[in-house]
Amino acid sequence: MTQQTPVKEPTAEQVADQQLYKQMGVSDTEFDLICGFLGRKPNYTEIGVFSVMWSEHCAYKNSKPLLRRFPTDGPRVLMGPGEGAGIVDIGDNQAVVFKIESHNHPSAVEPYQGAATGVGGIIRDIFSMGARPIASLNSLRFGKLESDRVKYLFEHVVGGIAGYGNCIGIPTVGGEVMFDESYEGNPLVNAMCVGLIDHDKIQRGVAKGVGNPVFYVGPPTGRDGIHGATFASEELTEESEARKTAVQVGDPFMEKLVMESCLELIDSGIVLGIQDMGAAGLTCSSAEMASKAGNGLELYLDQVPQREEGMTPYEMMLSESQERMLFVVEPKDEAQAMKIFERWGVICAKVGKVTDDGRLKLYHHGEVVGDMPVHALVDECPVYNKPSSVPAYYEQMANIDTVAFDEVTDLSGALKSVLASPTVASKAWVYDQYDYMVRTSTAVRPGSDAAVVLVHGTRKALAMTTDCNSRFVYLDPEVGGKIAVSEAARNIVCSGAEPLAITDNLNFGSPEKPDIFWQMEQSVDGMATACRALETPVIGGNVSLYNENTRGSIYPTPVVGMVGLVHDTDHITTQGFKQDGDVIFLLGETKAELGGSEFQYIVQGKTEGRPPGLDLVVEKQLLDGVLDSIQSGLVQSAHDLSEGGLAVALAESCISGKLGAKIALESSGLRNDHLLFSESQSRILLSATAAQADALESKLAEHKVPARRIGNVTSAAQLQITVDGKQVLAEEVSSLRQVWEDAIPCLMN
Amino acid sequence: MIKATVYVTIKESVLDPQGATVQGALHSLGFNEVESVRIGKYMEIELDTDNRAEAEERLKVMCEKLLANTVVENYRFELEG
Amino acid sequence: MKFAVLVFPGSNCDIDCFKAVEETIGEPVDYVWHTATDLSAYDCILVPGGFSYGDYLRCGAISQFAPVMAEVAKAAEQGKYILGICNGFQILTEARLLPGALLRNGSMKFRCHDVVLTVTNNKTPFTLDYAEGEEIIIPIAHGEGNYYCDEATLEQMKANDQIVFQYGDNPNGSLHDIAGISNERGNVVGMMPHPERAVNELLGSTDGKKMFTSILKAWRDQHDAANTR
Repeated sequence: MTQQTPVKEPTAEQVADQQLYKQMGVSDTEFDLICGFLGRKPNYTEIGVFSVMWSEHCAYKNSKPLLRRFPTDGPRVLMGPGEGAGIVDIGDNQAVVFKIESHNHPSAVEPYQGAATGVGGIIRDIFSMGARPIASLNSLRFGKLESDRVKYLFEHVVGGIAGYGNCIGIPTVGGEVMFDESYEGNPLVNAMCVGLIDHDKIQRGVAKGVGNPVFYVGPPTGRDGIHGATFASEELTEESEARKTAVQVGDPFMEKLVMESCLELIDSGIVLGIQDMGAAGLTCSSAEMASKAGNGLELYLDQVPQREEGMTPYEMMLSESQERMLFVVEPKDEAQAMKIFERWGVICAKVGKVTDDGRLKLYHHGEVVGDMPVHALVDECPVYNKPSSVPAYYEQMANIDTVAFDEVTDLSGALKSVLASPTVASKAWVYDQYDYMVRTSTAVRPGSDAAVVLVHGTRKALAMTTDCNSRFVYLDPEVGGKIAVSEAARNIVCSGAEPLAITDNLNFGSPEKPDIFWQMEQSVDGMATACRALETPVIGGNVSLYNENTRGSIYPTPVVGMVGLVHDTDHITTQGFKQDGDVIFLLGETKAELGGSEFQYIVQGKTEGRPPGLDLVVEKQLLDGVLDSIQSGLVQSAHDLSEGGLAVALAESCISGKLGAKIALESSGLRNDHLLFSESQSRILLSATAAQADALESKLAEHKVPARRIGNVTSAAQLQITVDGKQVLAEEVSSLRQVWEDAIPCLMN
Repeated sequence: MIKATVYVTIKESVLDPQGATVQGALHSLGFNEVESVRIGKYMEIELDTDNRAEAEERLKVMCEKLLANTVVENYRFELEG
Repeated sequence: MKFAVLVFPGSNCDIDCFKAVEETIGEPVDYVWHTATDLSAYDCILVPGGFSYGDYLRCGAISQFAPVMAEVAKAAEQGKYILGICNGFQILTEARLLPGALLRNGSMKFRCHDVVLTVTNNKTPFTLDYAEGEEIIIPIAHGEGNYYCDEATLEQMKANDQIVFQYGDNPNGSLHDIAGISNERGNVVGMMPHPERAVNELLGSTDGKKMFTSILKAWRDQHDAANTR
C-alpha cells in the first residue's frame, strides 16, 4: 500500500459558501435543487456523488430529449436502452447483446490506457448482462496523419485496443478509422462489443430483495480516475492534459478473471442483480441498481477493498478503478458465490445491503457519511432543452457548386491519390495488431464490408460494422445521419446478413452552443428516420459531448454500430471478386454528387457543399433486393460504394479478390471524374457467375433495384475502365494494391 | 527489513528490439551521441528479514527461478538496509 | 485416445483447442485446471495460447510454476505427446521442456495474420500426415514469438532434427526462421502459429487439421505396436 495522508476535505458549509460544486460541474440551480432533495446542504462526499450522477455521462441531461426521438422497439428487441446493453433475439433461444461506448477524452490525454480501458469498459457492459462477449469493434478518428502528435495518438490508441483485447481473448474483428483535421487534438475512440446469450440467462442491474447482501468483485479500489465521468463531460483544455491522473489504468488479465468468474456466477443461477462499475464507479452502479429495483442501498465503505491507505468516502465513491462489478444474491447463496471467486483468484467482498427506504446510505468508520434519496440521484437530474440555431456555415454551403471544378483527367493518378488517403487505404497496419481470430469464429476478417462471426452449434452467424461519414453529417446533419445508418445497413447486407438493430455513439461538440445543438437535433432526426425506414431500432448507445479543442468543435460524428443476422453460413459474402468471367453489376443511380466526398477532400483539399442525397425508399428496396439475391445464392461478391465512389470500390474488389476487371461505363451526361468518384448513395457492386447473371438481374428487377451490367472479372490482374467506349483508366491491380497497402505503414515509419 | 533492487537485462548476444527502437527514436530526435540502448527490467523487492547473507542467497534463487530467464537475460541485485 | 487442454488464469485459446480436437478427430477431451496434480488419464496434453498471468514479468514465466506443470514434465518423461501453442510454447520453453526462449517480435508489434509454414520435420508424432517440405497456411497471433537460442543449441537442434516448422516470410525475427521445434525425443512440440485456428474452411484454412490427425495416428501406431508385442 502506498502511504498517503488523507486529504482534509471541505465541510458542507465550505462546499456551499465557496461554491466548490462548480468545479465538479454542478450549476447554482442544480446545487439548490440538491439542497432541496436533501433538506440540507450536501457534504463533500454527497456533492461528489451528485455531481457524477448528474453529469451528462450518467444522466444524459443535455441529450435525453433527443434520444427519445429514436425508435427503440421492434419484434426482435428483448431489451432496449437503459440497461448495460441492448439485446436482440436471433432465434433458438439465443440473443445478441451489443453496445458502443466512447472513451474520447481519456484517450486524448493518455491514448494507450484511454483506449484500453474503453475496451475493458464495454466488455464489462456485455458480460454484466450475462452474455459471453464474442467480438469487439472500434470506430476511431484522428487528425490528419501528418503531425507527430497525431501519429503518437494513433499508434498508442491502436496499441491500447490491441493490448487489452488480445489479452482478454476477445477478437477485435472490425471497425473503421478516419483521419481529418477536425479531430486534431480530440481523437474519437468508440469501442463496441458484441456478445451472445441464452434468453433465460439475461441479467439486470437490480438490487432486488430487501436485506440481501451486496457484493463487490474485482481488484481493490485506488484513487485512479476520480471524476472521470465529469471529465468526459467537459471541453478538453491544456489543463485537462495536466490532469492525467484522471485516467485509469487497465488490467486485461484481471478483467479476464472477473469475466470468467462472473459468467460462472451467473451460470449458477443465484444472481439477483449484477452491474459493472463503469463511469462514476461505485456511485453509479449502486444508485442505479437500487433505483431499478425501487429499493435503497447501504454501503459499508470500510469493507470496500482498498489499494491505497487513508482513502476517503469521497474517493472510494468516485474512484474509477477498472475491472470491478457489483452484484446481489440471497444470503443463503453467499458461500457459493464466494467459492467461485476464490477458485478464480478474484477478490469478492460483502460491502452493503439492500434496504427498503429508497436511500443510498454510506457508512464509514461507524458513521453515516452520506445519505441521499436514490430517486434524486437517478431520476431528478434536470433535463435541458438547449437552444438550437442553424449555423451560418450551413446556409453558406447551400450555394457552393461542388461539381464545377476543372475536370480531373488523370483518373489513374486521382484513383491512386484517393487509395493512398489514410481514410481509404488498407488498415492492415491497424488490424494486424489485433487478434481477430481468437475464439475461432471469425468467418470474415477485418477489411471487408462487415465482419462476420459464426454462432457455434448453428448454421447462423452475426455480421457487424461501425459506420459514420462525419463529413456528410457536418455538411447536412439530417442527411448525414440517414447516410450513417444506411451505410451500416448496406455493409451488413453486403455480407449476407439481415440488419437487426443499431447502437449509436453520438460524438459532438459543446451542447451549450446553439450551432452544435442544432447538429445534434438534425442528425438524431436523420438517424431516427432511417432506423424506422430500415427497421433497425436503436437498442442502446452512448453520448459524448464537449468534443472540442482550440480549433473549435469536431465534425458531428454520430457513429452507428450495427449487427445483422446471417441466417445460413452459405450466405456469407465478401467484397473481393471471385473468379474470371463473373459479371459485374452496379446497383443504384450515379449522380454528380461530390460534396463531402473523399475525392473533394484529397484532390481539391476541401470539405464543402451539400452531401449526396438519400431516398430511404430506394435504399430499402436496394437492401431487400441484395439480401434476397444473396440468400438465393445468386451473388459471388458484394461491396458497398462509399468513400472514393465507384473507382475505389472496383479497385478494392480487385485487390481483395486478387483479380482484375474490365469495365465499360456509359457517361449518361456525367463527366468522367464525376462518374468514377461521385459518392451517390444507395449503390452496391455485385458480381455473379455468367450462368446466374440473368437470374440475378431479374431478381433485382423484382425488387425494383436499378442494376446495370458494367463489365467482367478478369484473370489478368488489371483494372480497365472505358466510358462510352473510350479507355479512361488502365492500371495493374498490383500497383493499386501497393499504394493502398503502403500508405499507412509509410506514414507511420 | 531489507530492500532489494533487482536489475534484469537482455544478454549482450541477444537482439533487443525495444532498445534498437528507442535508439532509433533518440537518433531521430537529434541525440546522435547515443551509441546503444539496452532495455531491461527494474524491480523493488522488500524482504522481511535482517539476515543479509540469507537474503542474498534467496534472491539469487528467485532470480534464477523466476525473475530472469537466464537463457536470454542477465541479472544483478543490490541490497539496502 | 484422451486429450487434456490445460487452463491457466489468462489462457484464452483453450476453447479453440478443445473445439479443434472435437471437430478434427472427435476424440475425448477435457479442460484441466492449472492446479491439477494428476495427468495420468491423458495421452496428449495441449498447452493452449493466451496470456497466462497476463504475460506479466515474461510470457509463460509464472505459469511454469503452476502445479500442473510438474505433471506435464512427468508426462514428457513418460513419452506422452505434449503440444504447446503460442503462449503454450512460451510456457514450455520457460519450463525448460523445450530449448531456447521467445523474445519480442522484431517489429515490436503484435502481429496477427496468416503465414506460410514449411514442415521441416514430418517425422514427429505431430506432423506425420504432412509431407516433408510441405507448405501450409496457418495463422499467427503473437507479440513475442521471436525464437532465440544460442548457436550451440541451434546446431544441436539441427543435428537432432528438432526444427519442426519454419516460416516462409519470417514475421518476427526468429532465429533460422524457426516457427516450431521439438525436444530431442520428439514427443514435445512447441510452435507459435495456431494450427487450432486452421481446421475449418469457414475460417480460411484447414491446413492445421493434419496436426491433430497425426497425433491420433501416432498414438494408434504406438498402441498397436504395444498390443502386438
